[in-house]
Amino acid sequence: MKQIIEGNHAASYGAKLCRVQVIAAYPITPQTQVVEKLAEFCGEGSLKARFIEVESEHSALASCIGASAAGARAFTATSAQGLALMHELLHWAAGARLPIVMVNVNRAMAPPWSIWADQTDSLSQRDTGWLQFYCSSNQEVLDSVIQAYRVSETVSLPIMLCLDAFFLSHTSEPVDLPEQDLVDAFLPRYKPQYKLDIRDPHTFGGLAGPDHYYEMRYEIQRAMEEAKGVILKTGAEFHRLFGRSYGLVEEYRTEGAGLLLIASGAIAGTARIVVDALRDAGEKVGLLRIRVFRPFPVEEVKRACQGAAKVLVVDRNLSMGYGGIFHQEVKGTLCHEPHRPLIFGAIAGLGGRDVTPRVLEEAARRALSLDRVEEEIWWLGLKK
Amino acid sequence: MKELIEKDLSILRQEEYMSPGHLACQGCGAALAMRHVLKALGPETIVVLPACCWTVINGPFAYSSVGVPVLHTAFETAASAAAGVRAALEVLGGPEATVLAWAGDGGTFDIGLQALSGVAERDEDILYVCYDNEAYMNTGIQRSSATPLLAWTTTTPLPRPKPRPKKDMMAIMAAHRIPYAATASVAFPEDLAAKVIKAKIYRGTKFIHILTPCPPGWKSPSEQTVRLARLAVETKVFPLYEVEEGVRHRISYMPKGIPVREYLRLQDRFSHLQEEEIGRIQKLVDQAWERLVKKALW
Ligand SMILES: Cc1ncc(C[n+]2csc(CCOP(=O)(O)OP(=O)(O)O)c2C)c(N)n1
Ligand SMILES: [Mg+2]
Repeated sequence: MKQIIEGNHAASYGAKLCRVQVIAAYPITPQTQVVEKLAEFCGEGSLKARFIEVESEHSALASCIGASAAGARAFTATSAQGLALMHELLHWAAGARLPIVMVNVNRAMAPPWSIWADQTDSLSQRDTGWLQFYCSSNQEVLDSVIQAYRVSETVSLPIMLCLDAFFLSHTSEPVDLPEQDLVDAFLPRYKPQYKLDIRDPHTFGGLAGPDHYYEMRYEIQRAMEEAKGVILKTGAEFHRLFGRSYGLVEEYRTEGAGLLLIASGAIAGTARIVVDALRDAGEKVGLLRIRVFRPFPVEEVKRACQGAAKVLVVDRNLSMGYGGIFHQEVKGTLCHEPHRPLIFGAIAGLGGRDVTPRVLEEAARRALSLDRVEEEIWWLGLKK
Repeated sequence: MKELIEKDLSILRQEEYMSPGHLACQGCGAALAMRHVLKALGPETIVVLPACCWTVINGPFAYSSVGVPVLHTAFETAASAAAGVRAALEVLGGPEATVLAWAGDGGTFDIGLQALSGVAERDEDILYVCYDNEAYMNTGIQRSSATPLLAWTTTTPLPRPKPRPKKDMMAIMAAHRIPYAATASVAFPEDLAAKVIKAKIYRGTKFIHILTPCPPGWKSPSEQTVRLARLAVETKVFPLYEVEEGVRHRISYMPKGIPVREYLRLQDRFSHLQEEEIGRIQKLVDQAWERLVKKALW
């Protein structure tokens, strides 16, 4: 059934279709509608979950950790300041190997206060051990929630699904809401291998000395590697049942592209229009959208960049003191390649500044015109 | 209720859920407290354990000194993580269990207060026990807001011992109107057990505050732990009482009213005290006692 819904509600419907059992969340603009809708579902009884109206995001994730450790399918959603407040527990959830799914609406970090789109909130949680997906449409948000639980419960790691503030969270799009039966067939009930159980008592998370900790981290890295295959396999089965398909990356008109734009989230949608325009003008330009950021799709990025002479990475995020975060990752990924394209990096749209097709097209044309990387960071649309 | 408690008290004398080999210091009041509480609760218990001495006491990875499930959690999350466990048990509908959040005074009075307040306000069905050794002992005796007036700690070194009295945690919990709050002592195990059993029967948030002397932190001889716990009660420094629904106060044991000096002089963390300072502490203790008696009469 198709409905016109905003990205936030796509997340709520996704969680409902997954029959999440414990929700603990705290409101923050622009995520609020995710939790309001879920509270409504729980209130009317269409979702049989316990909704914990916690007093902070820190407690939201702590409660999800407790619930997941006790064997429940747990969900939360947040944004920016709320995500930052969770930081310690992001590590905890991953270290404890708990399959929690969180929706994070990408919003700029304060100060100054800003409620608008910016990915620095979630990207600065890069090393916490969560899988991270960046969505480009409301349909993808809903579908990704459903896929996320399967992936997460298979590899025993939590997943963070990101969508851009307002561009997705508050923009209504037609979204196909799958039938519950179909989702049930795709996503079985969560059966944890270990849980808090008085019939089979175990201790979880106790002090591990240098003799044990190291291997536990190695196991997480292995699970991350394994997750790539699991995401693809899950995606293939999802495609079979629901007819929609998403990979680790999405290639758009990359055949024979001399210049490859690399972007994520809502900007990737705009980049598609720019690719069309440039292709119409006879330029060989393609787009690589990175959907899964952790685990980083190293092989896919290498493969996609093989034929390109130039790559332009557009980042709506900033690691202050170095540059765009996707840019860094792409450079790192390609550093051993025998054929290395020129890798340009552009910062755009921090704090929700519009990244229009014109801004992107100008950047792409600049990349086309250069045969050397002179400036490490381009600042698109910077007022001087 | 009385019969139920008596029945459980008889069981209490036999079963042990804490095993030898734990890593507590000699004379650790917190280890004793856990032993008594688990004996009262029985095996249908899930422990949620934030950072505190008990993180270490329970044993390193792959070992546990308690025979019930334990979830280690972050320092400030005892209450919120326990609420999550409870929520899961509710939706999953497994066997009945008590969710026991077990935190130190730092994890309760200080860093975990916000989460605990949230849980208490929502009246989540958990039993929260604060074992109070009156400082951050895990990290080596730093003051907490449970540290008493004029006590020495490494962060309230001499000549400036702690300038402010202990926070009234019971009053804070009572102000949340939770169904049951009580103080207890390792020197009064039957009273402690009866309170735990009572708390197990109530629905909603239950809070038990147990004073647990700490020989290294209090600089007291390890064989004096129970004596000190008893003196804290007999001097009215730590009265034993219950609060139901935040309003009905009941004193569980009438203290003898021994001078506080007798309690203080066994602890080197107070060895710097002058007569006049002991007098000041005595006065505060008497005033607090009078306030409690008034509440209990009412
Ligand atoms: C967020 C955070 N801050 C600080 C610490 C370090 N830390 C661990 S235990 C502890 C003190 C615990 O004190 P208390 O709750 O009174 O328990 P006790 O150690 O006295 O048993 C501290 C400060 C931590 N683990 N996490
Ligand atoms: Mg302490």
